[in-house]
Amino acid sequence: MAEKFVAKVSDFKDGDRKIVFDRDKEIGVFRENGQFYAYSNYCLHQGGPACEGLTIAKVEERIMPDKTSRGLFFSETDVHFVCPWHGYEYDMKTGECVSDRRLRLKKYKVLQKGDDVYVVA
Amino acid sequence: MELVVERGRRVYVEELNTTKLLAHARQQAVKRNFDDILIVDCDAHHYENENYSDILPFMENDVLRQVTVSGRAKGRHNIVPSQAGFTQDMGGRVTRYPTRSSEKTDPGRIRDVQLGERWMDAMSVDYSCLFPTGMLNIGLHPQKEMEVDLCWAYNRWLTEKVLPESGGRMYSALCLPFSDPDACLRQVETFGDRKGVAGFMVTTVRNLQVNDNAYMKVYRAMEERGLALSFHSGPNWSEPVFRACNRFISVHALGFSFYNILHCTNWVINGLGERFPKLAVIWIEGGLAWIPFLMQRLDNEYMMRPSEAPLLKKKPSEYMRDMYYSSQPIEIQNLKAMECTFDMMDAKNRLLYASDYPHWDFDLPSTIYDLPFLSEKAKHNILGATAARLFKLPPRNAKQQENLIKYGNLAA
Repeated sequence: MAEKFVAKVSDFKDGDRKIVFDRDKEIGVFRENGQFYAYSNYCLHQGGPACEGLTIAKVEERIMPDKTSRGLFFSETDVHFVCPWHGYEYDMKTGECVSDRRLRLKKYKVLQKGDDVYVVA
Repeated sequence: MELVVERGRRVYVEELNTTKLLAHARQQAVKRNFDDILIVDCDAHHYENENYSDILPFMENDVLRQVTVSGRAKGRHNIVPSQAGFTQDMGGRVTRYPTRSSEKTDPGRIRDVQLGERWMDAMSVDYSCLFPTGMLNIGLHPQKEMEVDLCWAYNRWLTEKVLPESGGRMYSALCLPFSDPDACLRQVETFGDRKGVAGFMVTTVRNLQVNDNAYMKVYRAMEERGLALSFHSGPNWSEPVFRACNRFISVHALGFSFYNILHCTNWVINGLGERFPKLAVIWIEGGLAWIPFLMQRLDNEYMMRPSEAPLLKKKPSEYMRDMYYSSQPIEIQNLKAMECTFDMMDAKNRLLYASDYPHWDFDLPSTIYDLPFLSEKAKHNILGATAARLFKLPPRNAKQQENLIKYGNLAA
């Protein structure tokens, strides 16, 4: 397992994403709410660049005790990243495909050494 | 460029470059040697609404042309009906929609041809059947004469400006103004022999009966010329039954199949397969799951009520097996169901690969190539050989020629 330099922390703003290439691997590295996450950049659907699209809050539907819907809302806590080819959404914290959580992108470890960010590819 | 997401937050995405966006498609194509397989995409799209300044001058009627051009200049109205709530881009999640205008092309060549070449090259598609996007709603236009003239203008522009610049790699099934059968016939007679015209296309979002006697002369003219008749499906939230849907996903999932089911039923039950046995009929963009449903449903009822379909000499499903179907959007969720569907529809001889690119639910050639139950011959047929025979498209390299011969699709 090799450590692959991603970026300086100071060059990696919160909400940003960077794509790292290592031989035949492509890894998307996100910085979200101060945390770093890294996943395979190959969508589990048709192989699209899963990490190169939008990051966007999870959409929730609020159901009241009487089972009526109060409509759609953006989550205050959960963020998804979206494959730009077809819209497959993935949970930022786990890499799970949110429409079938049995499917999960390969996750990579991210190391921070001083001002440098590395991904273990 | 930045796109706005939740609560005004902005996310940076790169400007659109189709070749770069589809880099993984190219990787798939290289890994699978797709350049050695003749691949025909029987349903790809461009955004003709971005070319109205070139299209509208081809309108024949001075008054209608003035209405469209003047209204467009001031941004006052839509030329073709559009539908509120049609969030194809998923709120910007499918980024090629909001970034489309950022893609750079070379001046001096038609932009739509350049964009088409980029996605075709990425996917290793050799030939594409080019369809419009907004004009898929032309059947909803309240003015028949406007539908006729807009189809006329689009068909002239496409055959005189766009297709000639594609070097033979793009062809089309031209838009038929189906609300006016006489005008349909005139357009078949006018454009049917032009280079790159493989047939004509009826947008299915309509309540007209395809079995109406008024259309028989149109079908006959196409059959005589060896042209294919395509039915391109779509959704319609304004259709009374779909007003019961509250989400676009529901309208979209049901609508495309619904309109194909509707018109295919009329086509089969009224014996049009018997009346026009040499007319190639293609059902486009309804997915595949509706096909075994309709086969079973019609066969079951026909066995009990043959007197309501007296022209039929065999079961409805057998007429359906005589027709062609585009593959997209292929519902790969249950492989056993998919294998059964392929078997029921005789996919190895009747299914035509389609990407539907650049629309949001496009399919790559790998969706066909990677199916574990298909033989190599079936893969080659579906990806392009069947369409190549149908539309007389030659191989583009020696390896493709070799494969066409190997699988019986070209004489040695």
